[in-house]
Amino acid sequence: MEQQITIEPVTRIEGHAKISLFLNDSGQVADARFQVTQIRGFEKFVEGRPFFEMPSLTARTCGICPVSHELASAKACDQLLAVTIPETAKNLRRLLNWGQLIQSHALSFFYLSAPDLLLGMDHPPETRHFLGIAAQDPQFARDGIRLRQFGQQVIERLAGRRIHPSWVVPGGVNTPLSEETRTDLLNDIPEVKNLALSHLQRFKQSLEQYQEYIEHFACFPSLYLALTNDANTLEHYDGRLRIIDQQGTLLKDSSSPTEYASWIGEAIEPWSYLKFPYYVPHGYPDGMYRVGPLARLNIAARCGTELADRELDAFRALQAGPIQSSFHYHYARLIEILYAVEMIENLLSDPAITDQRVRATAGVNNTEAVGMMEAPRGTLIHHYKVSNDGLIQWANLIIATGHNNLAMHRGILQAAQRYLGHGELHEGLLNRIEAVIRAFDPCLACSTHAVGHMPLDVQLIGPDGTRLKHIRR
Amino acid sequence: MNKPRLATLWLDGCSGCHMSLLDTDERLLDLAARVDLVYSPLVDCKLYPEAVDIACIEGAVSTAEDECRLRSVRERTKCLIALGDCAVTGNVPAMRNTWGTDTVLRSVYLEREALAARIPTEDLPLLSDKALPLHTFVKVDFFLPGCPPSADTIFSALTALIEGRSADLRLNTGFGT
Ligand code: SF4
Repeated sequence: MEQQITIEPVTRIEGHAKISLFLNDSGQVADARFQVTQIRGFEKFVEGRPFFEMPSLTARTCGICPVSHELASAKACDQLLAVTIPETAKNLRRLLNWGQLIQSHALSFFYLSAPDLLLGMDHPPETRHFLGIAAQDPQFARDGIRLRQFGQQVIERLAGRRIHPSWVVPGGVNTPLSEETRTDLLNDIPEVKNLALSHLQRFKQSLEQYQEYIEHFACFPSLYLALTNDANTLEHYDGRLRIIDQQGTLLKDSSSPTEYASWIGEAIEPWSYLKFPYYVPHGYPDGMYRVGPLARLNIAARCGTELADRELDAFRALQAGPIQSSFHYHYARLIEILYAVEMIENLLSDPAITDQRVRATAGVNNTEAVGMMEAPRGTLIHHYKVSNDGLIQWANLIIATGHNNLAMHRGILQAAQRYLGHGELHEGLLNRIEAVIRAFDPCLACSTHAVGHMPLDVQLIGPDGTRLKHIRR
Repeated sequence: MNKPRLATLWLDGCSGCHMSLLDTDERLLDLAARVDLVYSPLVDCKLYPEAVDIACIEGAVSTAEDECRLRSVRERTKCLIALGDCAVTGNVPAMRNTWGTDTVLRSVYLEREALAARIPTEDLPLLSDKALPLHTFVKVDFFLPGCPPSADTIFSALTALIEGRSADLRLNTGFGT
């Protein structure tokens, strides 16, 4: 009998993908593929465009984290101009970025993953979603909405609109911050800080019931990659690229942004549009590494704010050395939300933030540049070459979700072996495999520079290559 | 009376239009109370159901698979909304059209020093020649331009449709804004 497993579409993730699971002779899952099924070709079609369009243009890779693309792009453009941007402009960009970190993490946790955590993996799919939570625990849903809203409001109040604002420009930002906006934002801080803290507490208290998932959701040693600053505290905007091994030992610390190309390689598999970055000295696929909130908390020595540092201590107590379970991406996200709220408060409390000098101007003084920053999902790299007139001649974008591609594969394999190798298949088991992907919070909009409706197709393939199972919900 | 059945879909877009829908914040819950959200990236229903009243579609049509989905959605939906510039005009995804699909794929996969450089094709939907807007393929009932349309615009449009006030829609929209 011919059977095939299909989960189509994969819901509650941000992108377009399908999964194939390969069985060996004894019917166990031997291999897994996470196939990303769409591609837009940003790198090519930006060729010939003036560099100053790039922040706004590349923002359109992703509606969830447009600000990350704007900032990575603008940082590359700053270097094309060969300017140091005013300190206030830098801090305003940082504020914008933390606003986005909060809204993106809140989306991932409250809207996309909480249905699995709160309602349960086996909850009927008809109501296993954010609106289902709203019906069962309206306060939880409202809190999630409020946190995401606050993040979006930071962006809106600074940059004029929530999605694809055009405020970030090469050399700085368009307009300074008004005293009024500063006060408005500061007034909101106590409320959102409380929300961030209380949901972090609630999550910690529930950790015990997730032990099974902690052990099987992409729980393995790997390398970790993130930016850090000179003080070695949590850093999302600037700093040096750093990679550590599974014991936490420093492997590389980049001195210049262009160096990334010599230690991050990209491999291509014929069955996915998403490339597979790997750490070159360890080869492919052994050079698997993870990025994002978990990697950042594993790499930084401290967060650098009072409350988040206290939480980081508790987080670190989970395990000696780097935290290995990808389930803890959720935990790390909640700590980062708290950190971002504290940092927004700190920066806004400094009167220098309303300084009027927020933009440096210049012509094209360099023809090649790399801009890097930490997007909510991990390190984002924009690499441009331009003509003397500033027209883009070549561009390469390496995106957070891409970095995690190898680790997501391993994670799906691990979960599939745990949940699908034996016995009856049911919807809740397939949902667990989807939930592993959700823990990574992949943004396939970014990663293939394309997004679709996010179908996830799961097929079980026998040793002779035939499709064995097919389940649709 | 049964609540109107609402669906939302992403084709080739950046998800910004869906994010703008979420930017209705708490009004999302009001909206949810007035409709049945039967299909969306936000919920777990895997198959597009029959008899949908309103469907908002984000993104352009970039593959034969996109086209296929769009056509089946059209058949099962009373009122189809092209949500955002990509759905209305092709917008950003259509920027690849002047280059041609082949050139784009060669550039992304072959002309950058990747390991095992090749163009992925195995078991994947292939890109069409051009990314095109929805109305190239099916009848569209409402166009909501904007990149993305603002949350207020989306909210007013949906509320008006739910209340059957579609004739006097006056929305504050513009391309790219
Ligand atoms: S219209 Fe704009 S916001 Fe909407 S999907 Fe297209 S690029 Fe994204």
